[in-house]
Order: sequence, then C-alpha cells, then structure tokens
Amino acid sequence: MAKIAFRDVTKTYEGAKAAAVDHVSFTVREGAICMLLGTSGSGKTTLLRMVNRLIDPTSGEIQINGIATTAQNPIELRRGIGYVIQQVGLFPHLSIEDNVRVVPSILGKSASETRERVDELLRLVGLDPAEYRKRYPRQLSGGQQQRVGLARALAADPEVLLMDEPFGALDAITRERMQDELLRIQQGVRKTILFVTHDVEEALKLGDQIVVMSDGKLIQEGTPVELLARPADDFVRKLLGADNILRQFEYLPVTAALEPATHNGADGAGERIAADTSLLQAMLRLMQSDATALTIENGDKTIAGQVSLASISRGLRAGGGHLVDAGVTPDVEPESAGDAAPVSR
Amino acid sequence: MFELLGQMWQFIQNPAPEPSFISETVIYLQLCIVSTLLAIVVALPLGILVAQRQISAFLLTNFTGLMRAVPTLVFFALAYPYLGLGFKPAVIALTVIGIPPILLNTIAGLRGIDAATVDAARGMGMTSLQVLWRIQIPLTLPVVAAGVRTAAVQIVATAPLAALIGGAGYGDYIIGGLGLINIPIVLAGVIPVALLALLFEVALAGVQRLLTPAGLRVSQPSAEEAPTQAAASSDQPLAA
Ligand SMILES: Nc1ncnc2c1ncn2[C@@H]1O[C@H](COP(=O)(O)OP(=O)(O)OP(=O)(O)O)[C@@H](O)[C@H]1O
Ligand SMILES: [Mg+2]
Repeated sequence: MAKIAFRDVTKTYEGAKAAAVDHVSFTVREGAICMLLGTSGSGKTTLLRMVNRLIDPTSGEIQINGIATTAQNPIELRRGIGYVIQQVGLFPHLSIEDNVRVVPSILGKSASETRERVDELLRLVGLDPAEYRKRYPRQLSGGQQQRVGLARALAADPEVLLMDEPFGALDAITRERMQDELLRIQQGVRKTILFVTHDVEEALKLGDQIVVMSDGKLIQEGTPVELLARPADDFVRKLLGADNILRQFEYLPVTAALEPATHNGADGAGERIAADTSLLQAMLRLMQSDATALTIENGDKTIAGQVSLASISRGLRAGGGHLVDAGVTPDVEPESAGDAAPVSR
Repeated sequence: MFELLGQMWQFIQNPAPEPSFISETVIYLQLCIVSTLLAIVVALPLGILVAQRQISAFLLTNFTGLMRAVPTLVFFALAYPYLGLGFKPAVIALTVIGIPPILLNTIAGLRGIDAATVDAARGMGMTSLQVLWRIQIPLTLPVVAAGVRTAAVQIVATAPLAALIGGAGYGDYIIGGLGLINIPIVLAGVIPVALLALLFEVALAGVQRLLTPAGLRVSQPSAEEAPTQAAASSDQPLAA
C-alpha cells in the first residue's frame, strides 16, 4: 500500500490565464479511498492525471511512498498505478481477457501465465470468466465494460488506483451497485484510491476522505463526517448539502447527539449501539423499540453516553437545524482555501 | 459479339508483332503490384507522421490530391524529360495515383480511434511504440486496407496508359488496337484489365476482412452511451 502526498501542486496549462490546479497540498493515507469532489472544471482530472504523469505539474510535487513521481520513469510509474478513465476506454479489438491482461502482457507475461489471474479478476468484479473471457468490449453493456475497466486497472496488483468518474456514465441503479461492489472489492484488495466525482452522494458513500475542489483550489479536506459537521464555508456547505437534515442523519454518528447516560446500560434498560452507528439507524431503532434511549458504546466497550429522540432534537435546536458532531476531534481543523498547511501524517 | 471474342482469342494466341499475352500479363501485374506496394510504402508512414498534425495533414492530403488530379497523360508528358520512357516512369505515375486513398485512410483511421482508447493505453504504461503496435495499428489496419483496395483498383484501371510511355502491359494491345481500328485487339487488352480490376477488388476485400480484428466485426448489443461531458448537476444520474 502506498501513501500519496501532494505538495503545493500547481498546474497552469500553456496559454491559460488561471491555474487549473492551484497550490494544492494534502495527503492520502495508505489504503484509503480519497474522493476528489468539485464542480466541472475545478481541476479534478488534472490533479488525478498528474499522479501518473500523464500531465506534469508546473510546480510542486507529488510523492508516492515518499518518492517524487518526477524522479521516476513515467512508463514504469504508470505500470505500477491502476487507471480507470471515465470513458472506460477498453480496447475494442481485444477480447475481455486480453483487455484485462494488458499491463501484465506489456510487462512480458504470457497469456498462459496470466490466465488464472484474469479469471480471478473477472470473478472479483462480478463477471463469470467462462462466459465473458472471450467476448469483445462491444458485446458488453456499459456497466459490464466499467467492471472490465476496473479489472484491467487491478491486473498488475498496483498499490495505487486512479479512478476518474468511473461510474459517471451509468444509470443510477447500476451506479449504486458498482459503488457497493467497489467497497466490497476494496475490503479485499486495500488499494490507495483517488476517485474523482462530482456526485456528492458518491463522495459521502465511498470516501474515507473527501477533497473539495473549486477553481483549481483545495477548499476543504477531511472525512465525510468532518465535512458535513464543519463545512469550511458556504460553498462546501451548499455542495455537500450540509444543511440537509436527512443527509446529516445518514452520515453523522450517534455521538453527534450524545447525552450523559442516565443508566449505566448494565441494568438492561437500554440497548447498546456502537459509537459509529449513524444517527439514522439509531433513530429507526428508537422508533421501533420501546426504549427511550440507546446506550452508546465505544470500541473498547466503555460507555460514551446515550442517545434519545429528545437528545437528537435538542442537538438540532441548539445547532439551528445543524448537528455538530461531538465525535469529530477538534484537532482536525479544516484547511481553508489557499492554505498550504504542512501535510499531516 | 461471339465473332469478336473469337477473333480476340485468336489474337491472344498469336499476338505478333505485339508481345505475347503471357509477357504482357506479367508486366501488367508487375506494374500494378509494384505501384500499389510503393504507394503503401510511401503513404502509410506519411499518414502516421502527419495524422496528429492538423496543418501538415491538410497540406499533404491536398498536395497528393492535386497530384492525382493532374491527368495521367499530362503527368507522363511532364515527367518524360526527367524520367524518360519505360517501366520506371510508369510505376511512378501509377504510385502517385495510389497514394491519396491510402494516405487519406491512414489519417482517417488513426484519427478515428477513440481518444479515450489511446489515453487508457498511455495511462496503463504503454510506450508510444507499444501504443502504435498494440492499439493504433490494429485499429487502423482495416481502414488502411480499404484505402489500399481503392488504390489498387484505380491503379489497375489506369495502368493501360503506361503503354504510352513504353511501360508495356495490356495497354500495348489497347493502344495498338485503337491505332489499327481493330476491335478484337482492343478487347484483348480491355477484358483482362476489367477482369484484373475485379480480381483485385475481390481479393483485397478479403484481405480487408482478414485484417479487421474480430472485436470490430461483432455487432453491438446496444447503442453506445453518449459521452457525458455535459455539466450535469451533481445529483442527477447521467444516463444517456
Ligand atoms: N489539455 C488542456 N489544455 C488546456 N486547458 C485544459 C486542459 N485540460 C483541462 N483544461 C482546463 O483546466 C481546467 C480544469 O480542467 P479539469 O479537466 O481538470 O476539470 P475537472 O474538474 O476534471 O472537470 P470535469 O468535472 O468537467 O471533468 C478547466 O478550466 C479546463 O478547461
Ligand atoms: Mg474531469
């Protein structure tokens, strides 16, 4: 697994007045899914393509595992990075099998050596190898092509995966299914993933980390909960729909409406739930059971407090229709625009 | 009609003082095949070279188009002081005729490749040469083959003129026959030319088919999804 660090990365296209990516700094943790979220033209694709050097930064640098990408041969670099492009870009003249084994084959592996790997990858992305191996891209639906695109990117087992709006062309239902599959696959493969999207729901659902971009600048970076609970400015607030109460309920953990425990939970009066349960789930539980409160339990089984419908509505009223998550550690201050803060580890 | 064909057949068996049918056929085939191959050798690399350069491609295709527009007879006349008579100038003139369709198709074929396909290939870590060999050439070859087919048929159809500058071939019969106002002799040239053009057409159509990768021959199950570059609002599904 690999850590990716962006250090003051800037890209100004030849002849352009403004920078497409403007002094962007942040770090992606090993094995995390980092969502690059922003409106059209905000520089997401440019930022992504600088990682595998399809574009070189005008200034600043990108490090993978501490090594600057510019210190590496771009061809070698790209072979170690999976790349899923928005338009899928399967090779129409090659069979699905040959599409998937493209990178191993340019690395010199023969078809017989990669056969098992291809089958394994096709199964991983939910395609039956026996049925699809010998087909051609044009014989597949859009969603199936996306799956093959993902399998192809994973073929050489790269540590880093770049995905540029990979599900952009899919209908809402297929897209949701692919998102679920990606999360399932990620459970097993644990890649460090940079994922471009302009779909907020997608960013919130998939992201361990979200980087909000606007006009080439990094506006805010943090976990979905951090961004929802403490949007840095009105732009982020609007973009994320941070004022949308349902969305808060869905993504904020119960600790956002924490109140001191009135009973210790040992007397059986309250059901116990984990501290990272969403508010929405807690509310549903509360409404479906007789309990007036649920005991919130930390990971180490100690009791954090409790949550009740009353505490949730109190939290809402106090925040003026906005819950402030107590579980968000205050030391993760949101970065503001143009803030080239030192990259934390 | 049958009488004419009978006379033609007699002539073919003993065309003296014209050269024998076999030798004219051999020369004619040589003229056509050498010119077609030369046209490929010139047009293919040129096409690859200029495909991504708007201005050079524009100039080159127009220039070769103009060269073609010069009537072959005029070309022979103009080339005569430099190239003289015989096989060589005939081949050069025919090559000029064959270049434009191959050049145009090479450029169109390369440009026709989806940019995303090449982008993916580069992003995957292919070198420029690998992109060319593994992606661009296989995808362009069928289109180039179609160009070669057009070029070859045009060359076959024009090659009789070569006889005017001593390039020999069936043109000897046609021109000789016309001079004598002897229709059977003209037919002895015209009919083989027509048959040969047909043969080239059919054979090269087969080659074109062979060069078309299986993946491009299969039918599409559904309409391609439209590109989704439109700035859609974030929550809207981008279904085509
Ligand atoms: N090759 C290029 N040459 C010049 N300008 C470019 C080039 N590619 C992108 N740009 C410009 O850089 C800016 C950022 O583009 P980029 O493609 O990175 O945006 P994006 O966030 O990916 O947008 P989208 O969501 O529409 O894909 C835009 O203003 C765009 O016009
Ligand atoms: Mg983009």
